[in-house]
Amino acid sequence: MTPNKAFSEAINKHGVSRDSLLPVLQYVISKEQWLKEETMEEVAKAFGMSAAEVYGVATFYSFLDTEPRGRYVIRVCRTISCDMAGKKEIIESLKNELRVKTGETTPDGMFTLLETNCMGWCHKGPAMLVNDDVFTELTPDKAVAVIQEYREKSKQ
Amino acid sequence: MDNVTLTINDIKVTVEKGATILDAAKKVGVRIPTLCHHEDLCVAGNCRVCVVEQKGARALQASCAVPAAEGMQIYTNTKKVREARKTIIELLLSEHAGECTSCYRSGNCELQAIAQEYLADGDAFIDVADMTEIDISSPAIVKDDSKCIKCTRCVRTCAELQGVSALWAINKGNHTKISTFMSKPMHYVVCTNCGQCINRCPTGALTERNYIQDVWSAIDDPEVHVVVQTAPAVRVGLGEALGMEPGRVVTGKMAAALRKLGFDSVLDTDFSADLTIMEEGTELLVRLKEALAEKKNVALPMMTSCSPGWIKFIEHQYPELLDNLSTCKSPQQMFGALAKTYYAKKKGVDPSKMISVSIMPCTAKKFEAARPEMNSSGFQDVDYVLTTRELGHMIRQAGIDFENLQDEKFDTIMGESTGAAVIFGATGGVMEAALRTAYEIVTGREVPFANLNIEPVRGMDGIKSAAVKIEKVKPEWSFLEGAELKVAIAHGLVNADKLMKEIEAGKSPYHFIEIMACPGGCIGGGGQPIPTSPEIRKKRAEAIYVADSELPIRKSHENPEIQMIYKDFLHEPLGHHSHELLHTHYTPRRNVK
Repeated sequence: MTPNKAFSEAINKHGVSRDSLLPVLQYVISKEQWLKEETMEEVAKAFGMSAAEVYGVATFYSFLDTEPRGRYVIRVCRTISCDMAGKKEIIESLKNELRVKTGETTPDGMFTLLETNCMGWCHKGPAMLVNDDVFTELTPDKAVAVIQEYREKSKQ
Repeated sequence: MDNVTLTINDIKVTVEKGATILDAAKKVGVRIPTLCHHEDLCVAGNCRVCVVEQKGARALQASCAVPAAEGMQIYTNTKKVREARKTIIELLLSEHAGECTSCYRSGNCELQAIAQEYLADGDAFIDVADMTEIDISSPAIVKDDSKCIKCTRCVRTCAELQGVSALWAINKGNHTKISTFMSKPMHYVVCTNCGQCINRCPTGALTERNYIQDVWSAIDDPEVHVVVQTAPAVRVGLGEALGMEPGRVVTGKMAAALRKLGFDSVLDTDFSADLTIMEEGTELLVRLKEALAEKKNVALPMMTSCSPGWIKFIEHQYPELLDNLSTCKSPQQMFGALAKTYYAKKKGVDPSKMISVSIMPCTAKKFEAARPEMNSSGFQDVDYVLTTRELGHMIRQAGIDFENLQDEKFDTIMGESTGAAVIFGATGGVMEAALRTAYEIVTGREVPFANLNIEPVRGMDGIKSAAVKIEKVKPEWSFLEGAELKVAIAHGLVNADKLMKEIEAGKSPYHFIEIMACPGGCIGGGGQPIPTSPEIRKKRAEAIYVADSELPIRKSHENPEIQMIYKDFLHEPLGHHSHELLHTHYTPRRNVK
């Protein structure tokens, strides 16, 4: 098994004591968007834990994905304020633009479309995240423009 | 130690500081129902059925998790408590597929018992049982999530007692479930098949894969000769499965019941336990000779290989130490290999028409019997493995009045055994049996312990150690003169892990190590009657030592049937036949937990 680069960097930075587990998993996510089976096994070995426990921790947190994710993970807020502010239209426009259903990743591996619980941007809904960037007061057109922005960005 | 005084239902009680409300209630004879709580495990406090009312407190308290405090006034039987408990049980039932009439644990299910006690309505809330397909990938353990109430006893068992953590709680909230790594089938993860989780599961979510119907079919087939063997620990556990108190030795009744069930040959794994001592004792002496006299590079300490849960553990976690394992098969597998060769030949039975069944206190034995290399007789050596619980079930199905059966004896040529064999069932027993024989081979004298009872290797400490000075040896063992044989014993894989870490670090002072995967040894095995507790295991162990002391022969090498098999068939320990039939090899497995 070739050591995972992001994971090696993460343990160099945070160490392998039990309380570094979350920072290490978050670091890997920041580089790779999701935790692969092999990565979780590597984590388990380095931390002297069982792989099932690492998996248990990862699945507890919504932002520690254990399923394949694209380079840009879009999370549209589904909680009540954003829902009332027009979240459904945002989702529809994104589905249309990306040609995927919620939960799916585009075939080119670029975007994953997800819904998420409240992010605290209720006063500026509808809101969504793309990886760590927040976009608020969305309209369907604005949401599509954000996608275009990331498409451009990925070409650079 | 500081004490605190409180009242339970207006009864004054004083307990040590740190004791829970539940402990205090027990002390004054007030029973509080529990589900997630287990004496062997840490507090979880997640099922909530043990709630009680504390005067002055707004919310109900989980009595298993809240420490008793000075001046507390606790009430366990108020309207509020009764109604809350009933609702809690009904909520638990809503996520439980209540198939009580067909469930293997029916009649021995803690959820069923408590639901009945509170007359809880299984349909009070919508049904949200997790109908994920039942996991039958393992030959030993069946995992049915639809019966799981997420009490996490299994998770705590696997982590705290076994140090394996094959199971963990995944996801959160109403999506929480008990899962393996990546939700893989049980057969494809680091599970050792020890079955300790089954012993502590309050429902039928974790059970052994049962082969009762297959064994009935074999018995019903007139063409087939069905041989049965019974492990040492079964005779001190079986009574419990049939309504008797823990700690009864039921060897004779068990032999009688097996005949009544229709087994053609009723034989004893204790016979092959004695044989294991002959082979393993000799193997130890050979390794010591090679190390001390011939200065060869041999793997020491040598470790016992009787416990299949332990074998799978070391194959996963310490594959680099596999050479330290004795090459001896477990008594079950030695028996299996001999039943379809030696026994079949002597009794004129066609081995292709023989079905070999073993009754074990163990679930990992089911996996062991199914290992691909266990076919040295030319057939699968052991066809079906039943737990003590499954045998109890068959005896009930057959309508046998077990408690009033007249004692009977095992059949001959593989049914005679010694006290050394019966103690294989308790932690330290294999060590004691090996020392009784090895010491005598080397010195010609009995082990220097009163009545052959090697007390330092007995008892329930997680790790035990002892040293035996070897003096005035026979001439052929002169290289051992004055040596001190250092031994260690661990039970519960979390303790085995400590000894393995010592070996890895090059700091192990021992020559010989006995490991049994289950707490208390086989008497606490994953196939033994449910419930289990330190108290119950202590009673079973005491019964094992009583059985030993009552047997006329207490040293394996003095077993006349063992002497006969070496004379007629095997010729000598570690000889050609032994190597073919009684010894094995191990498989390194992925060591990711």
